[in-house]
Amino acid sequence: MDQFKDKLLSSFIVFENQLNGQKNKPFHQLRRSAIDTFETKGFPTVRDEEWKYTNLKPLFKKDYNVFHSSEESLEFRDIRRYFLSESDTYKIVFINGFFASWLSSTTHQNYDVCTFSSALEKYQDIIDEYAGTIARNEDSLTALNTSFAREGAFIHIPDGKVVDRPIEIIFFTTDGDNNTFIQPRNLVVVGQNSQCNIVERHQSLGNQHTVSNCVTEVLAKKGAQVTYHKIQNDAPNASLIDSTTVKQEKDSTVTLHTFSFGGKLTRNNLEFDLVEPGAQANLYGISILNDYQLVDNHTVVNHISPHCESNELYKGIFDDHARGVFNGKVHVFPHAQKTNAFQENNNLLLTDTASIDTKPQLEIYADDVKCSHGCTIGQLDEDALFYLRQRGIPHKEAQALLMFAFTTDALRGLKIGELKNKLNRLIARKLSVNIDFDL
Amino acid sequence: MDILDKVTRSDYKYGFYTKVDSDRAPKGLNEDIIRMISAKKQEPEWMLEWRLEAFEQWKKMTEPEWAHVKYKKPNYQDITYYSAPKKKKSLDSLDEVDPELLKTFEKLGISLDEQKRLSGVAVDVVVDSVSVKTTFRKKLAEMGIIFCSISDAIREYPEMVKKYIGTVVPRGDNFFAALNSAVFTDGSFCYIPKGVRCPMELSTYFRINEAGTGQFERTLLIADEGSYVSYLEGCTAPMRDENQLHAAVVELIALDNAEIKYSTVQNWYPGDKEGVGGVFNFVTKRGICERNAKISWTQVETGSAVTWKYPSCILKGDNSIGEFYSVAVTNNYQQADTGTKMIHLGRNTKSTIISKGICAGKSEGSYRGLVKIGPRAQNARNFSQCDSLLMGDACGSHTFPYIEIKNKSAKVEHEATTSKIGEDQLFYCNQRGIPTEEAIALIVNGYCKDVLNQLPMEFAVEAQKLLEVSLEGSVG
Repeated sequence: MDQFKDKLLSSFIVFENQLNGQKNKPFHQLRRSAIDTFETKGFPTVRDEEWKYTNLKPLFKKDYNVFHSSEESLEFRDIRRYFLSESDTYKIVFINGFFASWLSSTTHQNYDVCTFSSALEKYQDIIDEYAGTIARNEDSLTALNTSFAREGAFIHIPDGKVVDRPIEIIFFTTDGDNNTFIQPRNLVVVGQNSQCNIVERHQSLGNQHTVSNCVTEVLAKKGAQVTYHKIQNDAPNASLIDSTTVKQEKDSTVTLHTFSFGGKLTRNNLEFDLVEPGAQANLYGISILNDYQLVDNHTVVNHISPHCESNELYKGIFDDHARGVFNGKVHVFPHAQKTNAFQENNNLLLTDTASIDTKPQLEIYADDVKCSHGCTIGQLDEDALFYLRQRGIPHKEAQALLMFAFTTDALRGLKIGELKNKLNRLIARKLSVNIDFDL
Repeated sequence: MDILDKVTRSDYKYGFYTKVDSDRAPKGLNEDIIRMISAKKQEPEWMLEWRLEAFEQWKKMTEPEWAHVKYKKPNYQDITYYSAPKKKKSLDSLDEVDPELLKTFEKLGISLDEQKRLSGVAVDVVVDSVSVKTTFRKKLAEMGIIFCSISDAIREYPEMVKKYIGTVVPRGDNFFAALNSAVFTDGSFCYIPKGVRCPMELSTYFRINEAGTGQFERTLLIADEGSYVSYLEGCTAPMRDENQLHAAVVELIALDNAEIKYSTVQNWYPGDKEGVGGVFNFVTKRGICERNAKISWTQVETGSAVTWKYPSCILKGDNSIGEFYSVAVTNNYQQADTGTKMIHLGRNTKSTIISKGICAGKSEGSYRGLVKIGPRAQNARNFSQCDSLLMGDACGSHTFPYIEIKNKSAKVEHEATTSKIGEDQLFYCNQRGIPTEEAIALIVNGYCKDVLNQLPMEFAVEAQKLLEVSLEGSVG
């Protein structure tokens, strides 16, 4: 781990020299302070309470390439299956951390759907106002991302606009000789009473080890409605550390879906700040894992202002040697009265070698609140299974049906039809059955 | 609001100090002190070695900081580790107990006179560092039950102590357990022979009397195959401006088919309304269950400035059962980080956790619990429920459950809620002519009923009163 840390620290000097004119801008000051934070804190270890169940050591013991060459041979038909639709979405596509313009469809009409690098050049005022203000810069991995932040998705919706199509953000890594380490940085600013739907995906196209340390900042202004979907179905050697921080103003609604089906190690840090009354945060997650996969969902909902609401529902199914970690924290600040916060985490364990470590936490400093959390771990109901088999449904399919039913609570509310179909197919494949689940 | 304020503002009734001649060791902690304690207790050589090894381990450890409590760490060299009321040679009859001490206990409502006891409760009384009196010892001995102070046990039943001490809470388990292992001065020892159902409640009463001392007691309770015992523990301390340290270790051993019921009503001095003084209660309690055994912890925590306590069960044997019932009340500036650990190792093991927290004033209460199901624990079952009741807008209530499952046949449920007393419930009571204060007491008692029901009868009444007293003036 130390070796790779040293490499990153020396890479920062190289990175700084590549920046040319950008060095004097305020955002670069943020990068500099961030690299200092990373230097002092280093990679988190299992001795950190927040990383108690997820050990990053095996991951960062390896060496990764920090700088990559751009890949231009990839064609749309090769990767068609990773997209929701050919033409009905906005697309921001990256390959090895570089923007792939020929695969993307961006826009500047009415709203901006483009890249973080072009925003750094063109929308200096927006970058200065928002970038780095929402993310947790004291966190060492977020700081590491900030210090190298240059490329990623940039979405800026002005007040009163409804984005007509879903926005797809996809990060590809391609097979090279070396292991790849990429650090995308996304910024989403949604203006007053505006609406948008976002689908994010990380996909490794080779067999090499890939680690993405991705940071996303989302600001939902007054009355904004944002739905953000994260599809995690990566190759067996790909790992993802995703940190998403959402700040919500008055009466805004942000719904975040996390679908984890693949990847070697997936860590989702979701943090919501409800800073003005009436904000509503919804967090839904489905994890279906097998093999030696690990998914670690860490969520924090900060009820800073009164009259806010948060709903959290995470479902997990773990097979083979898969490991699941859930750590959900609801923090109600003093004076955040009339808070409603609900949290639920249900898990199915299918083998004795799979394991679950869950830690739902409540930290409450106000008295007029309704907060609850529940957490269960169990198996499929034998009676229900028997019922289905009695009616001629084979064991595997019966199991799959029950498991699908188990997850549906967290699938409800999906608005994009294409996405629903895609997820149904993904779930069916993950449960290795050939059923067309219909929502 | 006024009523609430009044309800949480009652005084600590047990805050008096009794002047008795005491025999004290100099302040500080080093090998000589440990040798002195051991010598005073006329302990065998192995016990001294055991203590010194624990001390070596302790020196290498650091004080834990993970708990959700803030306090000024005690200076471990500024504590008197041994303080005992001066006593005459032997204490066979009550006449030889210092009359001042007897008065103290009368004031606390505990009679040491066997004749005067109405109910069948045998008491071992520990003041500061030593046990002053154990009642009903002879009567219990007729049934083969050994109930005495741990110092007596080390002298009289060394094999048994040697066999079991430190087996459930090893010396290096944590900072406070290591400290306790090095300097523990007294505590209770109890052995219930095979197949015996202990006819009376056994109980230990702890009192810190002297200033500048810490209390380090050690309790070892062994229930042999098929036996049953119900054990009670109570505690108080005088009101002082300084923070006194109480670091105890309790080890329970339930052999095959045995059942142990361990109840605590903890009422150490909680500090004054400004949060000055009070006892630091850092306790390690743990029990081990062999086949078909059952351990049940019930605790009512109302005292202490800072509580750090996790009575746990290691469910080692198949079909063993662990239970944890807790009511933790914090008021003013009290802080409590308490909960349990249920470690399922055997097959068909079951555990239940019911934790009720009540926070008032500027206090903070946390539930911190671990439910761990090992890979071999087939069909393990756990149910946890942790509720918190908030009274007033300046207090904090937290829940930190850890759930670690490594077996697919496990069924684990965890539930937690946090809320305040329902206004409609209060209104309903008011409407029927019940004053707000009484209504709150009623609602709180109802809220804690699940736990209070687990307490032995006399204790339940006491606990109920205690709840009312600790919450007096906190309604809001």
